[in-house]
Order: sequence, then C-alpha cells, then structure tokens
Amino acid sequence: MLLKRIIPCLDVDQGRVVKGVRYVDHVDCGDPVEVAKMYEEQEADEITFLDITASHEERGILLDVVSRTAETVFMPLTVGGGVRSIQDIRDLLNAGADKVSIMTAAVNDPELVPEAAAKIGSANLVLAIDARAVRDDSGRPIENRWEVCTHGGRRPTGLDAVDWAAHNAEAGAGEILLTSMDRDGTKSGYDLGLLRAVAQRVSIPVIASGGGGSAADLAAALGEGPDEGCAQAALAASIFHFGETTVGAVKEELAARGIPVRPPSGRARPVQPS
Amino acid sequence: MTRARVALVDYGAGNLRSVAKALERSGLEVELAADAAVVERADGVVLPGAGAFADGMAGLRRNGLDEALLKALELRRPYLGLCLGVQLLFELGEEHGLTDGLGVVKGRVQRFADVDSRGSRRRVPHIGWNEVQFSGEHPMLEHLPERDFFYFVHSYRPVPADERIVVGRTHYGDEFASVIAQDSIFAVQFHPEKSQHAGLRLLNAYCSWVESSR
Repeated sequence: MLLKRIIPCLDVDQGRVVKGVRYVDHVDCGDPVEVAKMYEEQEADEITFLDITASHEERGILLDVVSRTAETVFMPLTVGGGVRSIQDIRDLLNAGADKVSIMTAAVNDPELVPEAAAKIGSANLVLAIDARAVRDDSGRPIENRWEVCTHGGRRPTGLDAVDWAAHNAEAGAGEILLTSMDRDGTKSGYDLGLLRAVAQRVSIPVIASGGGGSAADLAAALGEGPDEGCAQAALAASIFHFGETTVGAVKEELAARGIPVRPPSGRARPVQPS
Repeated sequence: MTRARVALVDYGAGNLRSVAKALERSGLEVELAADAAVVERADGVVLPGAGAFADGMAGLRRNGLDEALLKALELRRPYLGLCLGVQLLFELGEEHGLTDGLGVVKGRVQRFADVDSRGSRRRVPHIGWNEVQFSGEHPMLEHLPERDFFYFVHSYRPVPADERIVVGRTHYGDEFASVIAQDSIFAVQFHPEKSQHAGLRLLNAYCSWVESSR
C-alpha cells in the first residue's frame, strides 16, 4: 500500500534556509544541507527546497546547494522557485533534484508543462499552485472558489485554481503542490475544502501545503473522509524547523489516527538544527 | 584485496550523483561509464535512470553502451537496474508509442491504468514509499528482510512474461512486479539511492554479491 508522505519544506534564499510567516520577517535557520541531514535523521519521506532568491543570476548558488544535498542525503528532493524553462528543469535534475516544481512559468507559458512532460517525463514534474479564496464585495470568501496567484500570493491571475490543476494534470504534470495563501504561515490548519476539491478532480497525487500547525492538521489534510483533505502528502515547515516537534513524533500521531505512514526504521533520532 | 569496481552507466538519463555516493557508501568503487570500455572492465554494472523509455534507449545506443551491457550480461557480471534501468531490459516499452528495449527480459513496460481491477481510482504517477515483499532465491535476498519500504516515482512498470523472474512484489491498487531477477540481473523499479536505510541495505547486498562474484 502506498503510504502518505510528510515533507518538510525549506525556503532558501541565496543558499540559506529562511522561513517567513506569510512570506515576510524571514528568520535564518541554517544551511540547507545541514537541515536536510537533520530531516533525513528524522526519516522525513521527502524534502522540498523552495528558492525565493529574487535574482535569476544567482541560480548557481541554488544548483550548488542542490548538488551538495544530493551527495549528502539519500532521500527524495524536490526543488522549486524561479524555474522558467526546460533548461532550468534540466539543470536542477542534473544537479540532483528528483522532482522540479514550476508555478509562475506555467501561467506565463502554457506550453511549458506539456513540453516538459514530453521531454523529461511527468513523474518528475510538479505543478505548484498558490491559491487564494475568492471574496465577495464585503470581503467574505465565496464558497468553493479559489484563484491562482503568483508572486507570493500578491498577484491574482484570474485562473480558477481547481480548473488550473485539472488542466495541468491533463497537460502532463505529475503532481500538484497546492498551497493555500490564506493559510500559509498561520498554523491554523490546511484549507481542506480546497484540497478536497482539487484531489477529487485530478488523478495525480496532491501535496497539501499552507497552514499545517499540528499533527491533527496533517491528519485532516491526509485523511480520506468526506470532510478531510484527501491529499497524498503534506508539506510543512514551521512546525518542524524550530524543534517544536519531529517528523517521527508527528508520524506516530498520524499512525494513531489511522493515517498510513512509514514506520520508523528504529535508527532515527531527533536532532536539533545546528 | 582491492574494492570491487562497478560501472555506473552514464547515458544522459538524469543525475548520477546520489547513486554514485550511495554505491560508494556501500563499499564499492564507482566508475562513471559513458562508453563501452568502462563497462567491459568492471566487476559489476549499474544502470540507473529516470525519464522516458525512448530517450533512455537512444542514450544507450549513442555510445554503444547497449552492446557493452549485453556483453557484460553474457559474462554474468552482476547487473543492478534502477527504475528506468529495469524497464530498458524488456522487449518493448509503451511510453509515447512503442519502443524496442534491450530485449534481454521477455515482456513489456506498460503504464498503470487510471483505474485498478476493483474499479477504484489509481493516481498515476505512483509516487512515494511503498512496501516491497521479497520472495524467491537470489544471493542478494539473503541480506534483505522479507519486506521493506522503498521510494517509488514512476508511471510505467515492468510486466514480465515469465512470472518466475519476479522476486519482489508491490501493491498499488493491484500487485505489480517491483523487483525482477534473471541470470545475473537484479533490477528494481524503485530508487534505493533515495530510500534511506532500506535503500542502503539493498546496495550493501549488491556490494556483497559483486564481491562474491569476482
């Protein structure tokens, strides 16, 4: 049976790990390679690096971080952020990423996902969607309507998030990384309605992101019940990075709640970030 | 005694860094093989790979690596295939049209259907950790537990004509062949180099097999 995945996510800026609350007030918590090692010790199922470096000229720094990580840890690594072209995807895969996620470039260039799927294959291609609830004139969220945003949630695109996910799944994306911009950094729980709407619509895996603050939140995102998120994996950052809890402790609680997760190998131990 | 040396076949199908490091950690000396000569002088051959079947075959043919692989198999050098490295052994791949594979294993490489045999939806690609149930006889299996979790990322899977070569099985909606062994071939659909302790255990078993086969 395929297990549900827990994926710590590191925001990386110029080769250093940062994690912001709603993408501001960045706090430096270390070298990505060291943090990846810590999560390997904790037996995280994958790790994701999201590069938030503004300048594309500094791409070499990210590629170096990716290759040092691939040499050091034996776990799956997804890299996203600033990926604009087939060449960017190839560079990251060649540096050692297992999957590459694209977001803004897919909005700007409708041919990128189908072309990448044909040339590189779907299995390594993740479509990232930042979605925000559509609000009525009085500012209340309209039920079951989410819009795709870019630029850290600041720029609305007018695209319906669920339709966009379905369109790209058809076009050849292998997985959807779905972030609720309303919940991101809030630790108030994943947007289960958004997750469910996308997971039911597409037949590729969906990774829940944005709002995970506790094991109970992850369980709700990964559960298959009628009110749950039905996601295949959950991305989380804030709950792990500052040593509040470990991947192992979260998995133990998920298992107790009936979510199928990988049992510990018996050798993992929690390690504080250096 | 010098360490056993394996040729890690470099045919443009993705990054080899993790595989090389993981093999080295298991005690093997690794030589990247972009041409036939390196394959021919190695004690064992590792064919890694991610990406499309047709591109993989084209990459092997470009530098005569396909012939070198067949020669190594004839000489019974321990062969470890990873992901695309199991698929390319088969007669035919069905990814983006039909493509001839190396043809040393009878059968095809087919996409998972979107619906399993009970009519439930199956998400494709198959991505994540899943259990492999090992069975049968093979020198590597002596070093492995009966079952272990490994990391998979693939949409296509091998469908061998001869069920007897299947030594590892995995459930994804239905059961599929996740490990095959035939003559000097041991090939897996998952990624041991991404499978933490379980993966390193498997590569250690490969190292023992290569050493004992010299």
